[in-house]
Amino acid sequence: MPKAKSAPKAAPATKAAAAKPVMAKTVAPKVAAGEELVFTRPASLADRATHYCPGCHHGIAHRMVAELLDEMDLAGRTVAASSIGCSVFLYNYIQVDTVESPHGRAPAVATGIKRARPDTFVFSYQGDGDLASIGMAEIMHAANRGERLTVVFVNNTVYGMTGGQMAPTTLIGQKTTTCPGGRCKDREGSPIRMAEIIAQLGGTAFCARGSLDSVKNIRQAKKYMRQAFEAQTRGLGFGFVELLSGCPTNWRLSPVAANKRITEEMIPYFPLGVYKELEGDATCGSLVSTGAMAGGAAGESK
Amino acid sequence: MSRILVTEERCKGCLLCTTVCPVSIIRQSERINQQGYKVAEVGAEDMDKCTGCTSCATICPDMAIQVWRSKKTKKAA
Repeated sequence: MPKAKSAPKAAPATKAAAAKPVMAKTVAPKVAAGEELVFTRPASLADRATHYCPGCHHGIAHRMVAELLDEMDLAGRTVAASSIGCSVFLYNYIQVDTVESPHGRAPAVATGIKRARPDTFVFSYQGDGDLASIGMAEIMHAANRGERLTVVFVNNTVYGMTGGQMAPTTLIGQKTTTCPGGRCKDREGSPIRMAEIIAQLGGTAFCARGSLDSVKNIRQAKKYMRQAFEAQTRGLGFGFVELLSGCPTNWRLSPVAANKRITEEMIPYFPLGVYKELEGDATCGSLVSTGAMAGGAAGESK
Repeated sequence: MSRILVTEERCKGCLLCTTVCPVSIIRQSERINQQGYKVAEVGAEDMDKCTGCTSCATICPDMAIQVWRSKKTKKAA
């Protein structure tokens, strides 16, 4: 009976045509009794190859979002606001309704969605060139208004899609195509620490920074993301998670070396942890009044 | 028995999985997939060492790894 159970589970998850012969080559298809499938693709994540470079952490972040949407049973009422950057094709990978936003404006678009349809779960997924540079005004004000949104902020310290230009989060001394001698503090200023900034704003209910460089940090980051999602589902306010991630291509590193760089260079400058966490419904009341929405009843979160 | 399955057409050969395996059984194979990447594999002789910890699948950016774990003793279906 366990044999029969694991077989149909495995079948739909693997890409039927391509993976079949490969599967036989890699592993002797021994379906032993008494084993269970403990890790497979979440239902909300499309079964297709991503366009990301080898070792890009967007894939991990996508999977974590999809897993949470499934685990929290939100997928059916979720609308995503995707951004400009490598994650522009989010709608191809996460199977929820998605609005493609202008560069940096995902929090503004998400605000509109959430106010028009307060029963939906709305999240935006943005990179650092999108959120911390051109979209700085939108993210600051969305957080300050306490919109019931969740923002997943993927920080890889460069503009990935356009070829590795300097971003506001580029570390001092890091070489990019637009600062070939390395970022200079006197000329370009210091890297912006977004999680710390967002945590200072009144409407923020949850703000944390995680990292995707190791298994331990990935699991911790997922817990942060769950709390940021809950900040919205419980109507507490704005949820924000920054995820330190790698860009092996634009860092000119191998994926393994890129992960090492996150551990050794990024985490010391961008400390991990929870920066703000509101608890309980008592705060909710005051937040609702500060973030008072034009639509009165429409502002009432579920 | 715990085991993993690498979907080779999805593997991009980034080898992050090889760095996190607690029993170091994942390695790069000599096979090249359609996209031109040398894929990760676990040798048939090593597969019984797999603990089913899901570390490799957790760090895989491309959902190329599925993990089966043996059930704890007294399950009796």
